[in-house]
Amino acid sequence: MKYSSEYRDAKAAQTLSQEIHRITTRPWTLMEICGGQTHAIVKFGLDELLPKQIELVHGPGCPVCVTPLELIDKAVQIAARPEVIFCSFGDMLRVPGSEVDLFGIKAKGGDVRILYTPLDCLKIAKENPTKQVVFFAVGFETTAPAHAMAVYQAKQQGIHNFSILVSHVLVPPAMEAILGSSANRVQGFLAAGHVCAIMGYEEYIPIAAKYKVPIVVTGFEPLDILQGIAMCVKQLEEGRYQVENQYTRAVPEGGNRAAQHYVKEVFQVVNRKWRGIGEIGHSGLGLRPEYSEFDAELRFEVSGYTAEESPLCISGLIMQGLKKPHECSAFGKQCTPEKPLGAPMVSNEGACAAYYRYRRAELASTGKV
Amino acid sequence: MSEIKDFTLNCPLPISDYPTVTLAHGGGGKLMHQLIERMILPAFQSPLLEARHDGAVFNLGGARLAFTTDSYVVHPLFFPGGDIGSLAINGTVNDLSMCGARPMYLSCGLILEEGLPMETLWAVVQSLKQSAEIAGVQLVTGDTKVVDRGKGDGVFINTAGVGVIEHGLVIAPSAVRAGDVVLLSGDIGRHGIAIMAMREGLEFESKIESDCAPLNHAVLALIEAGVNVHCLRDLTRGGLGTTLIEIAEATGLQITIEETAIPVRDDVAGACEVLGFDPLYLANEGRMIAILPEAEAAKALDLLRRSPNTSGAVAIGRVTDGGGVVRLKSQIGTTRVLDMLSGEQLPRIC
Repeated sequence: MKYSSEYRDAKAAQTLSQEIHRITTRPWTLMEICGGQTHAIVKFGLDELLPKQIELVHGPGCPVCVTPLELIDKAVQIAARPEVIFCSFGDMLRVPGSEVDLFGIKAKGGDVRILYTPLDCLKIAKENPTKQVVFFAVGFETTAPAHAMAVYQAKQQGIHNFSILVSHVLVPPAMEAILGSSANRVQGFLAAGHVCAIMGYEEYIPIAAKYKVPIVVTGFEPLDILQGIAMCVKQLEEGRYQVENQYTRAVPEGGNRAAQHYVKEVFQVVNRKWRGIGEIGHSGLGLRPEYSEFDAELRFEVSGYTAEESPLCISGLIMQGLKKPHECSAFGKQCTPEKPLGAPMVSNEGACAAYYRYRRAELASTGKV
Repeated sequence: MSEIKDFTLNCPLPISDYPTVTLAHGGGGKLMHQLIERMILPAFQSPLLEARHDGAVFNLGGARLAFTTDSYVVHPLFFPGGDIGSLAINGTVNDLSMCGARPMYLSCGLILEEGLPMETLWAVVQSLKQSAEIAGVQLVTGDTKVVDRGKGDGVFINTAGVGVIEHGLVIAPSAVRAGDVVLLSGDIGRHGIAIMAMREGLEFESKIESDCAPLNHAVLALIEAGVNVHCLRDLTRGGLGTTLIEIAEATGLQITIEETAIPVRDDVAGACEVLGFDPLYLANEGRMIAILPEAEAAKALDLLRRSPNTSGAVAIGRVTDGGGVVRLKSQIGTTRVLDMLSGEQLPRIC
């Protein structure tokens, strides 16, 4: 397929692999930020192509995984109300809340719908004037523009039976939280290409300088990731720590200014709780006061609710790169994709689900699980 | 979250993980297999059921017969490349074909929702009739029920079918041997994407049509030419990946397939990239795999390619000793183990 098969060429992958072997003289620990990259690494077995000295740890960049338990519970409470049409991206439906997931609400008769864009909610809201249409606005900088646009248009068009349950998080504060931790092992980052396509990469320059870590903006195809690793290792070997852009075909330095404009119009930076990690200051987005009428937490009065995680789940350690999924005592036992304890086992892009799906048979044969 | 209790024979309700049925229980993945293994098989204990084939095979009155049933609950009722009527005929015809049988007689139960336009029903009935003619089977008995408005989705159809087995081959996972090759009858994933596109209003540059088609003529061509077929499976809900895993698990043998050998149309591959789907797990309604000795592969491929519904047949892999797993050699030259999905694939966030 054009624009994808070119980036999956076996010969080019071998060439990049040889290049990484050639330049690597010492052990290095790299973190890929985004769950989409984790998925590609595991699906294509890219780590097989790397020297043993290179360790990849899987970052917190899966929106499904970092959405806190209490927000899932709030979503469930709102979705269970008879007047609500609750809309969401598909992979949020199976994330376990404290008691039940959104699929469970659907099975009990709740009107829970999978959408591909929040803008569809406006149409549903107009067609169902007696209903309350709520969108579960989850994600990083990538999904924020679409959520912002939906709210902006709802206000312009006077659609009052629409609101969003916001759980937006931001990448740079999470990187700083990881780098600032005394247990940090990460020496270089592959930054998430699609986040940078929206936001650009100017905000990474001070992080690279402050923590002396190379950051390479990287795409999602196998060759993108191998090239990103090669660029990152080259910097480490040469003692450099700059922001470099592997994903030039999608990412301009300044990002997408129009998208940024609508995000700033509708959202403001707030503190956010990350599932498994805890609260990180200035790490997320919330609706500005001018748009608070579209805040589902206020509309349905669920903002005071809190909930605690399963004590068995070590998703926080996994998302900070301190543990691998199969090092969790619940992996593949109490916690499986059919009955996940923590969100990284749910999402396609969660590190635990990726290991379970692609690695379980091998791990079992070597006695690791 | 309640603790997960493993099923024991004393348990009054064997599915303790979910107190209610969820859509994932019908998705063709692990939850559906759990439902069958923990609730259905123990309840109806029968060696014919235990074989877990696409249909039951037995001797009756001097003839060897295959018998199967399937229910069809598709939304929308009409989609590019097919409709609920053609699915209901072809699905049952294909299940009988996978037993190596010549499909003969079908029953048809219609469950209609109050308020269904008569015109729609007529279109479904016409489709049932035409599909039966194309497949060469007869609809010989049936039933009609109407449910209250809101209690059905327009039309639900159940078909059952009987076929006759006119050869001495055992066509089942138990006949698969190390050294066999795996043939795939054409490109995969079109039915899944065609339905998804209609249901969700997704638009692609070209129209993606379902692969819905009867496979009986192609299968009978193989058998009549004397090809020693070891195993046949049509690829339905769980897709190629799930079907291969079921066979690997049933035989205890390893199946290794080449990703680059599996035909996926560009528009289907593109839709998968956008939605975060893996074509290996997309539904098909007119595709099958045939597992047979390597020495017969060229002849079988030639026969399949002459039959219109299997003209895109290719060899995708082989069976070797050990493992009970499916390995996929990826296009960049690495290898991974395929795992069954829990339920249906869910479109991802970003």
